[in-house]
Parts: sequence; structure tokens; C-alpha cells
Amino acid sequence: MRGLIGHLGQALAALTLLAAAGGAQAEVPLPKIPKAKGEKCVEPTDVMRRNHMKFLLHQRDDTLRRGIRTKKHSLKECLGCHVTAEPGKPLPTADSPDHFCSACHRYAAVKIDCFGCHNDRPEQSGQPLAQNPRTLPDAAVGRRVTVETLKVLATGEEAR
Amino acid sequence: MKPHVHFREIEGRSPGYWALFGLFGILVLAGLAAAHYMETEGHWVTGMSNQIVWGTPHVFAVFLIVAASGALNVASIASVFGKARYKPLARLSAVLAVALLAGGLAVLVLDLGRPDRLIVAMTYYNFKSIFAWNIFLYTGFMAIVAIYLWTMMDRMGRPYGKAAGLAAFIWRLILTTGTGSIFGWLVARQAYDAAIMAPMFIVFSFAYGLAVFLLVLLPAYGWTGRPLGAELLRRLKNLLGVFVAASLYFVAVYHLTNLYAAEHGSVERFILLEGGVYTRVFWIVQILLGGIAPLVIVFHPKLGTRRAWIATAAALVVIGGLGQMYVTIIGGQAYPLVLFPGKEVSSTFFDGVVAEYAPSLPEIALGVGGIAIALLAVLLAIRVLPLLPERLDDPLVEAQAAAAGEGSGGRTEAAAGSGEAAPASGTAG
Amino acid sequence: MSGTDTSRRRFLAGGAAAAAGLLVAPGVMLLPVARARAPEEPASEAQRWGLLIDTTRCADGCDACVRACKTENGWEGHGRPATDPQWIRKVKVRDPRTGHTQSLPLMCQHCRKPPCVDVCPTGASMRRADGIVLVDKHICIGCRYCMMACPYKARSFVHEDVHDPKPHAPRGKGTVESCTLCVHRVDAGRVPACVEACAAEGNGAIVFGDLKDPRSEISQRLARYGGEEIRADLGLDTGVRYLGLS
Repeated sequence: MRGLIGHLGQALAALTLLAAAGGAQAEVPLPKIPKAKGEKCVEPTDVMRRNHMKFLLHQRDDTLRRGIRTKKHSLKECLGCHVTAEPGKPLPTADSPDHFCSACHRYAAVKIDCFGCHNDRPEQSGQPLAQNPRTLPDAAVGRRVTVETLKVLATGEEAR
Repeated sequence: MKPHVHFREIEGRSPGYWALFGLFGILVLAGLAAAHYMETEGHWVTGMSNQIVWGTPHVFAVFLIVAASGALNVASIASVFGKARYKPLARLSAVLAVALLAGGLAVLVLDLGRPDRLIVAMTYYNFKSIFAWNIFLYTGFMAIVAIYLWTMMDRMGRPYGKAAGLAAFIWRLILTTGTGSIFGWLVARQAYDAAIMAPMFIVFSFAYGLAVFLLVLLPAYGWTGRPLGAELLRRLKNLLGVFVAASLYFVAVYHLTNLYAAEHGSVERFILLEGGVYTRVFWIVQILLGGIAPLVIVFHPKLGTRRAWIATAAALVVIGGLGQMYVTIIGGQAYPLVLFPGKEVSSTFFDGVVAEYAPSLPEIALGVGGIAIALLAVLLAIRVLPLLPERLDDPLVEAQAAAAGEGSGGRTEAAAGSGEAAPASGTAG
Repeated sequence: MSGTDTSRRRFLAGGAAAAAGLLVAPGVMLLPVARARAPEEPASEAQRWGLLIDTTRCADGCDACVRACKTENGWEGHGRPATDPQWIRKVKVRDPRTGHTQSLPLMCQHCRKPPCVDVCPTGASMRRADGIVLVDKHICIGCRYCMMACPYKARSFVHEDVHDPKPHAPRGKGTVESCTLCVHRVDAGRVPACVEACAAEGNGAIVFGDLKDPRSEISQRLARYGGEEIRADLGLDTGVRYLGLS
């Protein structure tokens, strides 16, 4: 039985190669993976390629249901490093092939469910808040000076 | 000697058959298109809102699910209560039950905010939720009725028929208890939060299910030219009358109980007197058209013997049932939540006011699509499976009953009335 | 992460919060009500977060809390009141016999026995160990049974596409949402946006804190002045209490 499965596996691999070769002829380019910020990822690349969805799934349950807010496998942190803009361009959205996640997911034809609710881009902390009223912290909206307002005025950024 | 009841597929080659097939097919496609539209645009394009969260699709879906369990009754009467004269109808009864449930569930699922996450509903369970139980009750119902059908249609299954029939009967009672309790166990809303809703839904299901069964049986025999006995019909329509009367009784008890409690006075005034469209639907559609009119028809000495009138009575019960669901589901939500008993409340979020709702075209298309799914499934099933007896004339049916040791119990003129068993005019199968 | 490191971090967070308590705006005393947990520390049953809303201090016509929540959590609508979300709303209550009126904010009451959690088929509607009731949108199928079950109409169904949601408050079409008690802020040792806005407005009608800590401001106020639940007859043991109802 195992032998048969092995043979089937080989046949499947051969077919996949053929299909890939055919694909190359039809000029489906390999995904161009956008460059990330930072020196290295939180896990080795091959571990990430294979298991990123497991890390994210684990993290999402830990964070939402238990209130654990470690950063290592957090989607926010992924996006913070990996979703980067080319000079002079805005950050790519998830429906663009320049978006880190979409680049591979489009190629692999795997639908991402994350960005139905999550923002697909990191917060742009460098951007002056006044230019983007949607991210204006609530403290700055109030009429009186509060601790929050002071923090905002001091750091130009809402406390996390 | 006991004459043999012979089951045979209908031919299904007439233009009439294909016309029905095409009609139901188009309605199914329209329903799917409507669901796709609602999902891509978001539900703001429907009539629903944050005040009326379950709209027209739920009216159709809950009706279909309630009717599904009721449609199984004819089979239950035969195998659980041992009335052999209904035995030849049991196969259609079982298939119709599964088809109606499938139609209702399709509507329910397609109206979800995230129907693409159906797999989540199948893998994550909160066992305190009646909805979670219902997922098992519905799938279990389909499985049990499928086994029940096998015991009826396969020689090998025959010994298990009685057990399967009993299991299916108990299961369907639990299932409708679950459906009624979806509303009955909601403490938040004035129109719900009543233990009577579970048994009331069971009684509704008897009436709605039998009405749909008659609406399938009559054309299935009339349009194919197969004989259908007047005595059998007389018994079925009398049964429908009893179920409709029982439904009215439960509705009366529900409202009288509420009227007695000062706390519920205003919600009752809303439904019974001042609720505008809900009051009209309650009195005109649910009570008059869906209750009193069919009772008058089926127990009328002349009208009650005519097939067209029996079919009309059954159709009225279905319309009344949809009206009942509209009043229960949408009327129950339209009445504002009582946040501060005895006080007047107002806000920017419709507190203290009757919520507005108007069914939108996509919602109606989805609901009708669910009915079409059920009917299309039945139309296909009776063509490919031997579900319908070739003949259901009175001598044959009564012989079945006699062989099982039952008295005819019917009026003797029933045999004379069997002249009506002659094929009704119309297209042949 | 070693134990000492954790406690040091906690100490620092506590110190920061205490410092925040000293920096007061005119007429407003911001007490260190919440202490940030270490990120790896789960929410605990040792706490139960709640709000105490003083209706006598809640100004009629003021909607600072609503605006603050909208900005914080990004649930700006589309100008369609019937289908737009409403995590928090101002409700006017009038006694028809006496003409006495009150104004109060109404949001998710964070019940200890929440009907929305009971009825949810998938477990998406959930109550965190520290009492915050949330929707796990990862497994919400949009059936809206929770909205049928909630006696406060606290939940909204997302009827349309959401553009550019806040990273700390993800929200998406086809799922249900409601007040999160600003869980992202609470976990960071801060108070909910509505509380902050109400204080900034000078009303200070909302107090946030730990109902299980007898030394907390909310517990002390409850002990001194009492506090009522909306629809207390339902026995849901809400985490949001009101002063000056009835």
C-alpha cells in the first residue's frame, strides 16, 4: 500500500513539474517578494513559509480570547516589517501584488481571510497625525488638556 | 387477499414536467444570484437593519424547516401509529421532509453574514447554543430519514422500518422543539421568552407540513393521471382541519397568557391592535386566511369534497404559515426592546420606536429560491425513484387497511365517491 | 522571560500609571485605575473590569463618549442610521408620570451571564476571564443570533465593507461587533476612550475599574453610593452599573 502511495506521489510530483514547466511557458512569473525592514524574521524563512499560518492562528486565539499580547507572532508585527512602500509610493494594499502577503498568496491561489477585518498595512507612525484625521487620537479631539494630549504633544504619537 | 401496492417513478417527459422543472430551476438561480448580491454588497442592500436582524429569508427558512418536520407526519402515522392506509404515502412524506429541510437550510446559510465560513459552523461548537444543537438536529434528521426511506424501499431494510420510523418521529419532535426554542428562550424580547413556543411550533409543523404534502400529492396524481381515492383525501383533509384548529388554539393560549400579564400588555396591544402591517398580517393572513378559511373549507359538506377546494385550503394554510412567521419573527423584533420598564426612551439608535422593515427583492428571491430548491428536489426524486404508488384508489387503500386489521371507519359513501378517483383532467405525465 | 524581569516590567508599568495619576487636567483627577499586564500574561479572573456611570453628571446633549469611541475604534458610519454600527449611544429616559428625564450612555453591559455568549453557535461571542465580552470575528459566521438575544441592543452587524480599520480594532463586513471596553487600551493599562473623553469634557460621569478590587475607585464608589443595572430583573449581573437611575 505504502509503495503504491509512493508511486502515486512520484507521479504527482512529475505532473506538478510538468505543470510548472508548462506554467513557465505560459509565462506565469514566480512571485516577486517585497523586501522587508529589519535584519531577520522572528523564525527562519523555511519555518515561516511552512508554518506562518499556524503561528498566526495560535497568536490570534491567544490574543483575542486570552488577552496575551506578545509581539513575536503578531500580525501587526508581520505587517510592520514586511509591508513596505517603494520610495515615493504609498504602502501597497492587500489587493496589490506588491503586498508581501498577496505576492505569494496570489501565486499559490490561496485566499487570505485576514484582511476582511484586519488592516492590511502597518500604522504609519512617522506620518504627522494632523495629516490623517482618521488616526487622530481621541485625546486630541477633546476640548481640555489630558494626560493623553500631553503625551501626544510630547511624542507626536499615541501611546501604545 | 391483500392487493399489492406498486410503486413506480413518474415518466417526467411531458412539457408540463419540463415547464415546472424550468420554473423551479430559474427560481433557484434567482435565489442564488440574490444571495451572491447580498454577500458582495453587504446586507445594507436588504431590508434588514440593526433593529430587524432576521428578515424575510428567515421567514421562509423557518417556515420550510417547520414544514419539513411536519411533512414527515404522514409516514409517522403509518409506521408509528400503525395506520396502514397511510403506508403507501410514507415514501413521498419522507422525501418531502428532507427536501423542505434542505431548502430551508440553504436559505438560512446563504443569509449568513459569512456563508463562506460554513466550515467554521461545522468545526467550532458552543453546546449551550440552540443553534449549535440545531446543526446536529438538522443533519441528524436528514440521516435518520434517509435510513427510514431505505427501510421502506429496500427489502433488506424492511425489518428495521418500525424502529427507524419511531426514531424519525421522536427526532422530529425534538427538532421542532429546537426551532421553537430559538425564539422561546430569548429573554430579551417581549414577544418571545415563552415556553409555549416549542409545543406551538410543533403543532404549527403538523399543519404546515401536511398542507405542503397535500399541495405536492394532489398535482402529482392529478397531472400524471394516477388514481387517488376520495376516502384517503377525506381523511387527509380532516386531519389538516384538526391541525389548523389546534394551531389556532395554541395561538389563542399564547396571546391570552400574555394579555393577562400587565408586563406584556403593550406588546400584545402592538401585535393585536396597533402594529400596523403586523396587526393586519396577524388577523387577515395568519388567523383569517391561514386559520378560519381553511377550517371552513375542509369541514364544509360540499367544498370539503372537492379537490380544488382541498388544494385551496392547503395553499391558504401555507400562506397563513408564512404570515405567522412574518408576525412572529419580524413583528417580534419590530416591537422595541424594553430597556427601562414604565419609562419612555429615545436615542439616535431607534430606542423606544417601532423598527421599520420592508422586504427587499433580493430577500424575497432568496426565500422563494429555498421553496424552489425543495420543490425541484421533489420533482427530480419522484422521477428517478419509485416513491409514488401507481394507484391510490380507495378499494386498494382500504384493502391495505383491512389487511392490517383496521376497520374502514370511513363513511360508506366513500366508495361511491371514488368516482372522483378517476384521473383529473390535465396534462398526462 | 524570567520572573524578575516580569515583575520589573510590572513595576515600571505601575509606576507610569501612578505618574499619570499625578498629571491632572484642571478639575479632573485621573486615577491609576488599570495596571498593564505583562504581554505574555493572560487576562485573569482575579479582575473584573466594569464601568460606573453617574447619570446625574451625564450631560444631556453631550456625546463626547460616543464620538471618542467612534474615533478610537473606527466605526464611522455611511450616513445610514438603520444599518450603521453603534457601539455606544446616548439614550434619553423620561418618566411619563413625572416628566423626570435622564440622559445616559448605553453600550455592551459586559454581563457575567451574557445571553449573547449562550446563544452563539460557534463560540465567537465570548467572555474573557476578566469579564470583557467580545466577538471573536475569526469564527463569527454572521448569524446574528446574539443580536436577537441581547436585551440592550448593544451589538451591530457590519452591513458594508470596512475601509482602513484601526489596527487595534479589526472589523469586517458580515460579522457582528460591539463595545470591547477598549480591550486594547485596558491591556495596555489605560482606560477606555469614552471614560477619558467624558473626563476631558469635564463631566467625569464614567468611572472605569476593577469590580473585584475593593480598593479600586469603582468599588469604593459602588460601596458608598450603590449602583444599579439596567434590566436587573434579567439577572445578568452586568459589568456596567449606573448611578441615579429611577
